[in-house]
Amino acid sequence: MDAIRKQIMPNVELTCITTDKFKASYFSVYLLQQLNRENASLNALIPNVLRRGCAKYPDMESMAAALNDLYGAAIEPVVRLAGEIQCTGFISNFVDDKYIPGETSLLERVIGLVGDVLLAPVTKGGNLLDDYVASEKEKQCEKIRANLNDKITYSLLRLREIMFKDEDLGVNVLGSVQSTEKITPSALTKHYKSILEGSEIQMFYCGSATPERVEAAVLEAFKILPRREIADEAATQVRISCGEPNYHVEMLDVTQGKLSLGFRLGEIMRSPELAAITVFNAVYGGGISSKLFLNVRERLSLCYYTSSMIDRHKGVMYVISGIDFNKYDEALGEILTQLEAVKRGEISPEELDGAKKVVSSSLKAALDSAASMDAFYLGQAVDGLDYGLEEYAALTEKVTKEEVEKIARSVCLDTVYFLRNKQEVPQI
Amino acid sequence: MKLIEYEKIGEKVYHHVLDNKLNIYVLPKRGFNKYFAFFATNYGGCDRRFALGGKWVDTPAGVAHFLEHKMFDTEEGNALMQLSLNGASPNAYTSTGITAYHFECADNFYDNLRILLSFVSIPYFTPESVEKEQGIIAQEILMGEDNPTRAVYQNLLRALYAHNPVRDPIAGTVESIAEITADTLYDCHKVFYNPSNMVLCVAGDLDAQKVIDTAREIIVQEAGELPQRDYGEPETLYPNKKKYEVNMEVAAPLFRMGSKFEQPDNGEEYFRFLLLGNLACAVLAGTSSPLYARMYAKGLINNRFGAGFSYVPGGMYACAVGESREPLQVMDEITAEADRISREGVDVQLFERLKKASIGNYLRDFDDMENITAYLADGHFKGYDPMKGLDYYDKISIDEIQRFISDAFNPERLAISIVWPNEADN
Repeated sequence: MDAIRKQIMPNVELTCITTDKFKASYFSVYLLQQLNRENASLNALIPNVLRRGCAKYPDMESMAAALNDLYGAAIEPVVRLAGEIQCTGFISNFVDDKYIPGETSLLERVIGLVGDVLLAPVTKGGNLLDDYVASEKEKQCEKIRANLNDKITYSLLRLREIMFKDEDLGVNVLGSVQSTEKITPSALTKHYKSILEGSEIQMFYCGSATPERVEAAVLEAFKILPRREIADEAATQVRISCGEPNYHVEMLDVTQGKLSLGFRLGEIMRSPELAAITVFNAVYGGGISSKLFLNVRERLSLCYYTSSMIDRHKGVMYVISGIDFNKYDEALGEILTQLEAVKRGEISPEELDGAKKVVSSSLKAALDSAASMDAFYLGQAVDGLDYGLEEYAALTEKVTKEEVEKIARSVCLDTVYFLRNKQEVPQI
Repeated sequence: MKLIEYEKIGEKVYHHVLDNKLNIYVLPKRGFNKYFAFFATNYGGCDRRFALGGKWVDTPAGVAHFLEHKMFDTEEGNALMQLSLNGASPNAYTSTGITAYHFECADNFYDNLRILLSFVSIPYFTPESVEKEQGIIAQEILMGEDNPTRAVYQNLLRALYAHNPVRDPIAGTVESIAEITADTLYDCHKVFYNPSNMVLCVAGDLDAQKVIDTAREIIVQEAGELPQRDYGEPETLYPNKKKYEVNMEVAAPLFRMGSKFEQPDNGEEYFRFLLLGNLACAVLAGTSSPLYARMYAKGLINNRFGAGFSYVPGGMYACAVGESREPLQVMDEITAEADRISREGVDVQLFERLKKASIGNYLRDFDDMENITAYLADGHFKGYDPMKGLDYYDKISIDEIQRFISDAFNPERLAISIVWPNEADN
């Protein structure tokens, strides 16, 4: 299942995985833009407005009919981050035409429709339609506000806003309610035209068709894609050092405290080894065989949940946990103590082995999911890396205890964020 | 071991029945790294009154769900933890008709399978652990009572059915579960968790014989009697109560309207009817229907609106659900459109398009091992072959779709459940 990546138009790359193990085929297209305060809301809104109707199928009913006719194909807007690169576009799922007797061009027709939706929107007076823009703006604001409902998501978002207050990653992937509300149809249309011609584009396909067939279908569907020189290539700025840790407490009407920590991976980000970073994360806090889970949660019962996660592009690690309000000091202390233990190399062979098993299982599961492979290969493309998911899995098997220690020693604490209730005075 | 090949969809299934009547289905998925095991008993929230050897027994609401919670306790500790530590992602659920235990993993499949088969077949309860669980489940029930989505669902079933135990929540009530003792659990386990009443379905790139050998080694219980069930007096085709309204903490009113159908006795006919009913609901009110577009344009519905056809033990029902400021107006729009279709017929192109979409969605489901193993189990218990869906779509006629719409959304047969916002919020 090797991936084949090829530049098929100026600044347009297509990654293909050819496999006949799935009945559904998968195709995605992303426009890559720098995440920033100015444009995040605009970028995020575009695929949602485009999905409402294209010149050929200008409303929901005709669009739904066209998708039904393509054997229930789905074309959904997507907005995601790869570090500080905001990737917006569409993900399409459709049945492999080899299972439909007499059908030989479903792939071409679905990719054709994705092209129509992205490139040929329904317009009035040259602009995207007022009521589509207005209702999608409302939905986007609703989604941003809903971040407050799930306190786990909220505390991680707030940690990022604080930690990256003067970096791009401090911006929410959907931007803000204020910037969304300000969007006008003409400004959105102008921005849409500009990013369409000026973005690097990544496409991904997984299914039984040969890369040649997919490429031909894409070239046909995207033949009117405008292209110009890319002025500023989107990129992620990595900060190596932390300085003094920044402590931040916020009070809301919550029943459980949320303690979130932001670390930078430090010196090792000068030449990052993804496999070793992944295993380090599993040893320290990723999954139920990790030090955080087994010690902070199970042995000491200091939290309801705790885990760590890595942003490989930005070179940062987050630890999230749910705690009782009065356990702040103990929990914070123990989370850091466990990191010290990894630094000192206090990693038993069982721990290292367990961590590698967790990593290996999740990578194997990713190979069974087109969506997971899409996310992985988008990350690889953004980082300019060539190796595939299977090779990545093989690399993690070889990671040594020394490599894990080395990463732990490079990590530094940047920001501590604590979300607590309003009643009691914080004991910090 | 019997091999069944399905050429149209490029799948095959191994089926085997152990001496103790445990049915095993293995769906080989070549090239996949993940494995999925689904072990289920034909025992759900509605199976409260049953007969063994001609003697009828009544049990409190919530026993099946309570058992599901307690089965993970083993003499050595907790099977959930054991599976997790061994690299699997386990879970379980209780529906109105079945209780299912499943896990997914990429490594150590046969070890995990042994753990699954063992903890589900060997009960281990103590009065203390049952009492502790009563507290936990009571909390779960109380939390559920605050949930408007759950309320609107349960209240439609109460409006539709006069006798069927589906009127009560699967988890029971705080009062009903207080009656459950360790003995109740042992007794119900003995009746319903006997191999004759269970099925094991697995999917993955694996060796069917080894799965069968593993099951034979672990499931040593003998075949048992299949319990006879009673779902109450026969229901009419008309609702018990036309309207069920409550007020709760919601931003906009939630509604769920529906109508009852008889469940075909024959499994194959049941499956065809299920596919037919869902297709008919899409024709009437799916996203590409004129009705949907009209109601959406009027602001009567949002994108959370949907219609479908479902099963309950002893019955079936069609429903349309969503969120609207004017639920009764939505109901009027739907019944008017159903009436128009029953007079003028179904748009042929719409029917053909939706049949295509249903076929595509049906095929895409085969990539999801959790879905497909659950379908195999359901097919086993009800007596149909879920792998043959495409054949049934061929046999659905446009006249049947018209008749279904006309029956299902006839004002006489419809009941509606509404959760209105609290007065103070208005």
